Amino acid sequence: MPKKPLLEFNNYGIYCAAGDFYIDPWRPVKYAIITHAHSDHAKFGHQNYLAHHLSREILYHRLGKINLETMDYGVSKTINEVEVTFFPAGHIPGSAQIRVIYKGEVWVVSGDYKTENDGLCAPFEPVKCHSFISECTFGMPVYKWAPQSEIFKGINEWWQQNQAEGKTSVLAGYSLGKAQRILQNLDLSIGKVYTHGIIQNSNDALNRNGIELKPTTKITAETTKSELAGNMIICPPSAVGTPWIKKMTPFSLGYCSGWMAIRGAKKRRAVDRGFILSDHADWDGLISSIKATECDTVYLTHGFTASFSRYLQEIGYDAREAKTLYGNEDDQLDEENFIMGKEETNLK
Amino acid sequence: MKNFAQLFLSLDETNKTNEKVKVIKSYLEQVSDDDRINMLALFTGRKPKRPINSTQLKEWALALINIPDWLFKESYDVVGDLAETLSLLIPDVESTETKSLSEWVNEINKVRPLSDEVKKEWLITSLNQLNRQEKFVFFKLLTGGFRLGVSQNLVVKAIAELANLDTATITHRIMGNWSPESFSYQELIAEDDGSADISRPYPFFLAYPIQETSEQQKSTTDLQTELGDANHWQAEFKWDGIRAQLIKRADEIFIWSRGEELATDKFPELHPFIHDLPNGIVLDGEILAFKDDKPLPFNILQTRIGRKTLSKKMLADNPVAFIAYDVMEVEKQDIRSKSQEERRNILESIQSLSSHQEIFRISEIIAAVDWETLAIAREQARDLMAEGLMLKRKNASYQVGRKRGDWWKWKVDPLSVDAVMIYAQKGHGRRADLYTDYTFAVWDGDKLVPIAKAYSGLTDKEIKQVDYFVKRNTLEKFGPVRTVKAELVFEIGFEGINKSTRHKSGVALRFPRILRWRIDKPKEEADTLESLMMLLS
Repeated sequence: MPKKPLLEFNNYGIYCAAGDFYIDPWRPVKYAIITHAHSDHAKFGHQNYLAHHLSREILYHRLGKINLETMDYGVSKTINEVEVTFFPAGHIPGSAQIRVIYKGEVWVVSGDYKTENDGLCAPFEPVKCHSFISECTFGMPVYKWAPQSEIFKGINEWWQQNQAEGKTSVLAGYSLGKAQRILQNLDLSIGKVYTHGIIQNSNDALNRNGIELKPTTKITAETTKSELAGNMIICPPSAVGTPWIKKMTPFSLGYCSGWMAIRGAKKRRAVDRGFILSDHADWDGLISSIKATECDTVYLTHGFTASFSRYLQEIGYDAREAKTLYGNEDDQLDEENFIMGKEETNLK
Repeated sequence: MKNFAQLFLSLDETNKTNEKVKVIKSYLEQVSDDDRINMLALFTGRKPKRPINSTQLKEWALALINIPDWLFKESYDVVGDLAETLSLLIPDVESTETKSLSEWVNEINKVRPLSDEVKKEWLITSLNQLNRQEKFVFFKLLTGGFRLGVSQNLVVKAIAELANLDTATITHRIMGNWSPESFSYQELIAEDDGSADISRPYPFFLAYPIQETSEQQKSTTDLQTELGDANHWQAEFKWDGIRAQLIKRADEIFIWSRGEELATDKFPELHPFIHDLPNGIVLDGEILAFKDDKPLPFNILQTRIGRKTLSKKMLADNPVAFIAYDVMEVEKQDIRSKSQEERRNILESIQSLSSHQEIFRISEIIAAVDWETLAIAREQARDLMAEGLMLKRKNASYQVGRKRGDWWKWKVDPLSVDAVMIYAQKGHGRRADLYTDYTFAVWDGDKLVPIAKAYSGLTDKEIKQVDYFVKRNTLEKFGPVRTVKAELVFEIGFEGINKSTRHKSGVALRFPRILRWRIDKPKEEADTLESLMMLLS
């Protein structure tokens, strides 16, 4: 009888039978280990949660009263003889890769990750293992990121130019992680930063977790147009095209996302500027990370899983597609639909 | 190339028409007249002939990229544009190039006749000097069309503002046969038009639909309110053929299609009557397949279009005639400013003098006492092989391009069928990463047979929802095409239906498009092939 793999994919999520726990389960389970606090990885309804301590406040904010235990990077915990350790994934604050060791066999679940140090979260560390469960949201060679210093130079210049033209700058980016990464890299000598309520909620939660962010002002019904003029607003992608954003006129709209690498994707969104800024690894980042794990087997959970696994097979890996409910190829859609509410995507 | 690459970047960075015109103007101000006319040529679809075919281009460029061929193909499916895909895949370098746009175009023209080896060498050397954005523009020069979110109108507007001329003049001057070698920027903006191009057509006057969709029907009272009394309008049938402009000047004849393609050779049976016209005449009308005094369905004409050579049999089986709508030039004078009525009188007298009445026909006027009469005529249009009615204000001049107000098309309502989506494919350009191109099927017994492909008619929000469905309900993938679970039903509108031996279903729909998403209908209630067949004949 072939040996049962240490981690397997079932209808609830990534399951460790030896330890009897799940990693990022999408249906309610008894014990869930969470890679990071984004909604497609940290779902509601589990009896016990284990996550990195920097995910704490966001998880409480998003999921309410949950039974949560937290742990730092590099610390190990043994669950039914299975050793579990967190390592930085560099995706958002508190994001962790999860290493699982049982009887000498080592598996790592990446969650979402990026290889560039963004200055906001603990930088990604490759972890040696036999089997690596990886995302590949941008697992196509057309996706290659420039260093963030270059992108933020562009963003700050764009802000200055808008200011000179008497316009407000509005930057859309995912509310948890991306928004704060943007904030920390804005040049506040240019002006003030205002936030959409959804962004401010994430900022406040991270603050409660001891993460110091640059000062922002939440936009309320009392905020006047004249005080916004020339300043910067950070909003979630779901705010684009709503009456809320129209009130900011005159403004220039920017969008920060890895999807902006393709002209068509940018055009479709009808944004003025697309900034190619992603919290996921690009093609080179994915490949270098996988190589650094020195693993034999790679499971790909979401993104361009079919193409990327084929490529990995061709360069000598045992690479497989895993069926999960994370991100999917249309990460961007899920990202937005989560905020807009599920009813938006229900067809019937 | 730096300026030109920056022009693209700047155009991409704004969605506002006025901003785009500003960007184009500022580009034009920075560059030489040679670059200006080259830029205009590119933006009006006059790009240099391909120096390297796309197979070679891909092969040579791929040698610079360390990925397998299949991965390149999949990358292309993701990006949806060859030039962009290549520029994203080839490793980026600092730009060291210094040539102007016209110098690059000259190089492209020079390298075209040379050996493959030289071309390859030239391509690699060029790519090594160009940064990512420049590479993209360079590949655009070498490959596809220059449709980059900038319509010709915007470029015309920018030039008109710079040169202090009106846009209609510029639009007219850039029509027809020219290239940067034969036509200079100074000629374009000259006070007096000294052009010797006798083939130059006029910009077509195009009509707006009076009812935008079949769901927004116009009643005769609506028309009375919006357009006034029917007797102020000249009503004609709207024919379904190829809109064309016939020119006779200096004993030479030219036939232009609406797409600004010179189609003189495609319609030899029209030549005798055009030759018999006096010099200095330009007519607007429709070329139709025509036999025994009756128009034939469009697909008869379609079999002729696209053929390089026309056999005698082809000409005999698919004869054409010209139905004249209007006249823009007579006795070498531009008469577009005359009223519709005056031009019509002139047209009638020209046509009545022709000894080729079988082939040179005139679009009949439908006597209109009131809108009710016209509404009845419209109902008969489909039986006459017409698409509906044209309404032309009697005192209106012949204008440039699509304008609201004086010319309206009042089409018959489309035929429609409820069909099930069975395949989906990603779009291109703006919709490159979304499933936007769908294939629809109807029931043939208990099987679904594909009857049409359509990629327009949904709102952006609906497209997102369908895309979401496709990604989660894929049964199989064949390259870029996905077989999806048969579930979503759409109402497909079309203009006509013909027998087809090329399609499995045995029918071909003309101009299929999505009228609406029938969220209310389960797939079992979609239409049957049998019911579609009944529409034949």
